[in-house]
Amino acid sequence: MTNVLVCVKRVPDSSGEVLLSADAQSVDARFVGFTVSPHESCAVELAVKIAEDGGAATVLTLGPDDAVEQLRAALGVGCTAAVLIEADLVGFGPADVAREIAAVVRDHEAAGTTYDLILLGNDAADTGDFQVGIRLAYELGRPVVNGIKTAEVADGVATLHGDSPDGGVETFQVPLPAVATVLEGGVEPRYPTITGRMKAKKVKIETVEPRQPPAGPHRLKLTLPPAQPSTVEVLGEGSGSATAVVDLLQSLGVTR
Amino acid sequence: MILVFVETEAGGASEPSLEAVTFARDLATRDSGELAGQPIHAVVAGELPAAAVEQLGTHGVSEVHHAIGDAFSAYGGAVWAGAVEAAQRSTGAIAVIATGSPRGNEVLAHLAARLGVVMAANVVGCQPPFLVTRQVVGGAVLEEMQLDDRPAVFSVAGHAVEAGPAAAPVTATVHEFSPEVAAADLVARVVSTEPGGPDRSGSLRSARVVVGAGRGAGGADGFGPVSELAELLDGALGVSRVVTSLGWRPHHEQVGQTGSRISPELYIPCGISGAIQHWAGCASSKTILAINTDPDAPMVSKATYAVIGDMHEVVPAINEEIRRRRG
Repeated sequence: MTNVLVCVKRVPDSSGEVLLSADAQSVDARFVGFTVSPHESCAVELAVKIAEDGGAATVLTLGPDDAVEQLRAALGVGCTAAVLIEADLVGFGPADVAREIAAVVRDHEAAGTTYDLILLGNDAADTGDFQVGIRLAYELGRPVVNGIKTAEVADGVATLHGDSPDGGVETFQVPLPAVATVLEGGVEPRYPTITGRMKAKKVKIETVEPRQPPAGPHRLKLTLPPAQPSTVEVLGEGSGSATAVVDLLQSLGVTR
Repeated sequence: MILVFVETEAGGASEPSLEAVTFARDLATRDSGELAGQPIHAVVAGELPAAAVEQLGTHGVSEVHHAIGDAFSAYGGAVWAGAVEAAQRSTGAIAVIATGSPRGNEVLAHLAARLGVVMAANVVGCQPPFLVTRQVVGGAVLEEMQLDDRPAVFSVAGHAVEAGPAAAPVTATVHEFSPEVAAADLVARVVSTEPGGPDRSGSLRSARVVVGAGRGAGGADGFGPVSELAELLDGALGVSRVVTSLGWRPHHEQVGQTGSRISPELYIPCGISGAIQHWAGCASSKTILAINTDPDAPMVSKATYAVIGDMHEVVPAINEEIRRRRG
């Protein structure tokens, strides 16, 4: 029986052009919609997989009321409970977010639910702070492993696999309870089924307020990098350009 | 003093770590205030090859603090950060910097949590003392952040600066030290490592030429010609996220924000539109030759050279021409 808590973040879908809000504090997502990072989709998948072997997966987010959309998406693929820490994300730094998640974890523990494994994305798709999972582990006094791709849990021990710096695979073994942050690539996030979606609609979402005012992200402002005028040199069209391409490859010294 | 956490590999210091050293040295050279003339020290846990000490001196590091002992032999974020913390405390470094690699960001996040200070990831510029500009949203947006805590803790984004030797190289002095290690810091350490084979992402990240393929490949069977071109150029195949999401190619070939970051001499993206997710992984390529049917695709306008056309026609013709010239 493994209880998994998986944390996700509602972020703008920034696959296209990015616009900034008028106060330069956030990305304006009015025209692009919202999603979670691919890392977090994989964290949800890992949480659900582990829960399927005996246990339960709970999804948590800190964000606005609209972040219920991301909680429902996780419920639709197999999480069975959800927590919303309702707050304006823009004013929260990574240390604030970690502290608020830790408070929920401790409250649930006091009420009889211990999360054996807490999974988060390795880094958020928008703010890219690379630290919420680690700060959360320090708040809770738990071991933490970063950048895992797959995980197995047995006999109170999590075996976690990630990439080594030279592109190999490195393995960690940590006693539970523990924290791990997930990178995309080890598991394939499943699609929700119709029955999954129906079930997700019925789950009552636990909504809590932040415990304390945030210290903030120490952000002065966001800017867009200056647009670089295109300086592309078009070598040609279609297969007729092969001669010009291979001339270029030779001049660059990548073919003889 | 500015302390740089340096990662090492068999041949010496990692290139991105030398970039971080260069970034730190540049701060001390440029500033006329708090940072002016500050010496640069390095801290290393794990192996310290002699070549690394020499390189660090060449790049302007005057002292290398090397954490030695069994506790540091296998990688662990907490225990390595403990070594960095001990070095910071004993030297009173006003800033601790690392490269924005997975381990660099991880060790600094541990350090920041241990010291109760703010951390900024993936910095590309800094006005001393510590108004930093960093990459967010995969590099599509820049964030300005004021770091008032001491030490200031930040990682330097890969390729934000080019690593270069100091105007006045020095001979770095090595100080071995064995800081006390808390039992809790030893819990999460690497217990085993399988080496990366030729089919893993290591070869992609170090390749001189990368041939990329995206949605334009059309299906799992559409990668023959691009793989052949990669082979002819002694390079590696890299793909966009849509390709791995659709299951056409394995994830370790993915280039992008959630895949590998590459910086080859030449990148040849074929049928890749160049969305932010992908650009985040290939922006550091020295030369880009885009092959795309859409002349208005972001990848084409950002490229150095382009061919407008279908990759299924253009790439086989290039392969044929290369073979013809080789005779």
